[in-house]
Parts: sequence; C-alpha cells; structure tokens
Amino acid sequence: MSLTTINEKQDEVIEEFDLFDDQLDKTQYIIDLGKKLPPMPEQYREDENLIRGCQSKVWLHSEMQGDRVRFEADSEPTAQISKGLVSLLIRILSGEEPQAVANAELYFIDKIGLSNLVTSRRAGGLASMIQQMKQFATQHSDQKTNA
Amino acid sequence: MQTITQDILDIEAIRREFPVLDQNINGRPLVYFDNAATTQKPSSVINALTRYYEGYNANIHRGIHHLAEKATSAFEATRKSLQRFLNAAHVEEIIFTYGTTDGINLVAQTYGRRFLGEGDEIIISAMEHHSNIVPWQMLCEEKGCVLKVIPVDDRGDLILEEYEKLLTERTRFVSVVYVSNALGTINPVKTIIDKAHAVGAKVLIDGAQASSHLDIDVQALDCDFFALSAHKLYGPTGMGALYGKQDILNVMPPFRGGGEMIKEVTFEKTTYNDLPYKFEAGTPNIADVIATQNALEFMETLGKENIAAHENVLLDYATDALTSIEGLRIIGTAKEKVSVVSFVIDGIHHQDTGVILDQQGIAVRTGHHCTQPLMRRFGLSGTTRASFAVYNTKDEIDRLVQGLHRVKKMML
Repeated sequence: MSLTTINEKQDEVIEEFDLFDDQLDKTQYIIDLGKKLPPMPEQYREDENLIRGCQSKVWLHSEMQGDRVRFEADSEPTAQISKGLVSLLIRILSGEEPQAVANAELYFIDKIGLSNLVTSRRAGGLASMIQQMKQFATQHSDQKTNA
Repeated sequence: MQTITQDILDIEAIRREFPVLDQNINGRPLVYFDNAATTQKPSSVINALTRYYEGYNANIHRGIHHLAEKATSAFEATRKSLQRFLNAAHVEEIIFTYGTTDGINLVAQTYGRRFLGEGDEIIISAMEHHSNIVPWQMLCEEKGCVLKVIPVDDRGDLILEEYEKLLTERTRFVSVVYVSNALGTINPVKTIIDKAHAVGAKVLIDGAQASSHLDIDVQALDCDFFALSAHKLYGPTGMGALYGKQDILNVMPPFRGGGEMIKEVTFEKTTYNDLPYKFEAGTPNIADVIATQNALEFMETLGKENIAAHENVLLDYATDALTSIEGLRIIGTAKEKVSVVSFVIDGIHHQDTGVILDQQGIAVRTGHHCTQPLMRRFGLSGTTRASFAVYNTKDEIDRLVQGLHRVKKMML
C-alpha cells in the first residue's frame, strides 16, 4: 500500500523535473525546493544526526510517529544543494511505513539525472542520506516483525 | 625566485597533444582546472604505455631475453632522466616509488624507525598535506618522538621566526612541503634546510606540487630526501620517485622485503641488494616508470622556465579576475606562489560551487584538499581550488569567472 504511495510521489517528482532540459535548471529547482524545507527544531542539530560522508553539514532526524517513519533535516545555511536533495528524499519517504521505506527502490534519482550525485561523494552525500534513512526504517520494521 | 611573465609557448599546439582536453562535459567544452590533483597526459606518455605493452612487455633486470633487456634499459633510462630532472649527484639516489606518499612513508618507516627514538623531535608545517603528517604521527606513536608544527600566517606564508624557535638540539628531522597544494605558497625551503642542518637534523622535501612548476636542484637545496609523484607532472599515476643522499640511503634498512631487493637469500640470513634496488622489492610499475620519461621529455622540450612563465601569466590573470567578483576571497596570498588559486565565496558552500561549475563543464576541486589542519587554521571547512597547467588559457579563466557569476546568481 505504502510502496505505491512512495512510487506515486517519485513519479510526481519525475514529472516536475521533466519540465527542465538543462542540468543547471534542474539544480536551480533543487535549490528552490531546499529553501521550502520546513525548519528543523534546534535540538535535532546534534553531531549524532550528522550525515556521514558529506562535504557539507546535513543533519537528519528520524523518528516513529505511530506506525509511520518521520524524517526532518537541515543543512548548514550555505549548503543549498544538499538541503534540496534531502528535501526531495523527505518528500518521498517521510510519513510512510518503515517496511516500505526500507524496501523502496528510488528510481527517481536516475530518472531526473541525479545518479552522478549518488555514486560520487561530491554532492551532499545523497547516497549516505538514503542509507541513513533506510537504516532507521529497517531497524523499525525489524522491531515490528519481532514484536 | 624570479617571476617571468612573458609567454612564448604555442598553447594551442600544446593543447592538441592532450587528447582528453578535446571533449564536452555537460554540453560545454571541458575546462580542466584540477591540475594540482593530477595533470592530464600528453599523447607521448599515453603512446609510451601502449608501445611497452604491445612491443616489449617483460619483467626487468633478471631476464636474459631480448624483451627483458629492452624493458630493463627503458626502465633504467627513466632513472637517469629523473637524476637529471632533480640534478642528483648519483643515479643510485633515485628510488622508484608509487608516489610522494609512498616516498614519505618509506623514509619514516626506515630512516625514522632506525634513527629516531624517544623524545626526538620532528618538525613539519601547518600547511602539510595529510601524507606528510600521518606517517610522522605514526612514527611518533611507535617511537615516542615529538611532532612540532611551524605555524602559517594569514597570507599563507610559514612564520620562519617560529620555525627557528622550534629548532632545538633534539630536532632530528624536518619534513616540509615545497609548494602548498591548497594555497600555492612556495616555501623558502633552502633556508629551512640550512637551519635544520645547523642543528644536525635531516630534511625531507615534499615536492609533489613543486616538481611541475619549479626547477628542482637537490644538490643546490642540499635536502636529504625529496619525494615526488609522476602523475602531477604530466606522467602516469601510481609512479613516483624518492631522492635520498647516497650515504644516508646506504645506512637505512630496507622498506619492504621481496624479490629484487636481495643479494642472497638463505633461510638463515638474507643479505640485501645495493642501491637503489634495496628499496625496490617486487616487480615494479614498469610501464608507468618507462612512460614517465616521456613526461619529463615533454617538460624539458617546452622548458620549465617557459612553462612557469605561462603559468604565472595565468595566475596573475586569474587572481585579478577572481578578485573582481564581489564576495569572493582568495585564501593564500603569499608573495611567492605557483598557479593555484583557492577561494571562498560569501554565503555559498564550496561543494555547491563545485557542482554548478561542473555542470558548466568546469573541473575544479572543492573541500579540504587533504589539509584539514590548514583549513582549520583559516577557520574554513574547505575552499574551491582552481589550479593551472601549461595547457590552460586565459579564455578558460574567463569561463571560470562567468561560471562563478552563474553560481552566485543561482545561490544568492
């Protein structure tokens, strides 16, 4: 059920990025999306929430709200691309069931031409962001199975 | 250090020797400004690699057949070229390594472990690459030596008065970088070496960045060791050289054990080969060693002073052009610099700058440049760095400036 929602949201993102031909315009759109990310409460900006393997500082807070995973994130003010990237992930994965997040195949990254940002370390550690989100989700889907 | 600012090289012709430069990245012609990380390779170097593998691939030194003989002479010819390149007194003083890092580790692990002990002091500088910090820290941990650091001033120059204060009768080793990879600063290494020798310390010069920009004369410098990487001077990756004074190399124990470094092996005792083979265990990087000679020839043909002159023109042009961008601050404004410009832009993360420049076909490096202590000294997490080689042009610098205006427009 929840997997469908994740894919619907991915398709929505792909459609939005289809409006742009130029990579620079896509990047501009990512930056603009980052600016709209709701502010993260100050207490979550702690070292243990830092995304590892990132040239810039990005904090990710993960929690369970009922049976759903909730993600919040922020970056150091200047790191706008990282913030935009994490905002895309939050849009797609936050509010979903942990099992669905853990199993999500994030095909939108390739479709909107961001795969180079996943494989290289240069742009905001997108791969690390995904890894940390999935790790949290996996832990909580395990707990659910064990209960 | 004289600064020649007259450009006599035919840069367009030189560019045609570098196949990699002729391509579009993200729909725009590539501008390659990441030369301090690695330079591109001319066709002569690329062809030498192919020629070796197609024509005379063989293991060297012990073979008695034709191919082995041919490979061995080509291999040893590079050693002679490097001797000339560095003006070393003896060809045996040139040891092939995997690169500068490997050379520094060799010295720390052999000279260091044999001759340094508890309480002995090692001096490095605050602008060292991690590869000239960590090997000494490892040695200090093992042997109980003390690491001391020459500070850097706000312009990016070493503070020599502080260096003098660090020198004591316990100073046994000084290891400093000739040219800073992050700032471009050319350090007064001759003075540093002389002052170290005055207290009886040995000196290693990290020549990774200097070797492609400056004339190197290890005898005039009187350094005890000099380490370089071929890939930063238009040569192949995974190949470098360590120069060491013969009398010092002779008393150093070997680094790695294996083939070629031995004289005779029995289960009771092994005796070691003479210089330089004592330090070259195992089948070396034959193809890359051979092709390095073509890289050295490339530079010799152009003339190092002509290369430097062209690069100085680019450095001055870039410094002026970048300074005119509002909010941009150059990090590293030493009087003596090579063609490296590190900078930050107010309100923009260096990582974002790098990504957006790349999307415009411009390759720069962003981050801490493996000099985290130096970045901390300047209160930065990193910079954007543009570094120029002989094939770069003013037009490309104009592209960088336009690219940065685009970055600002998108970000601010």
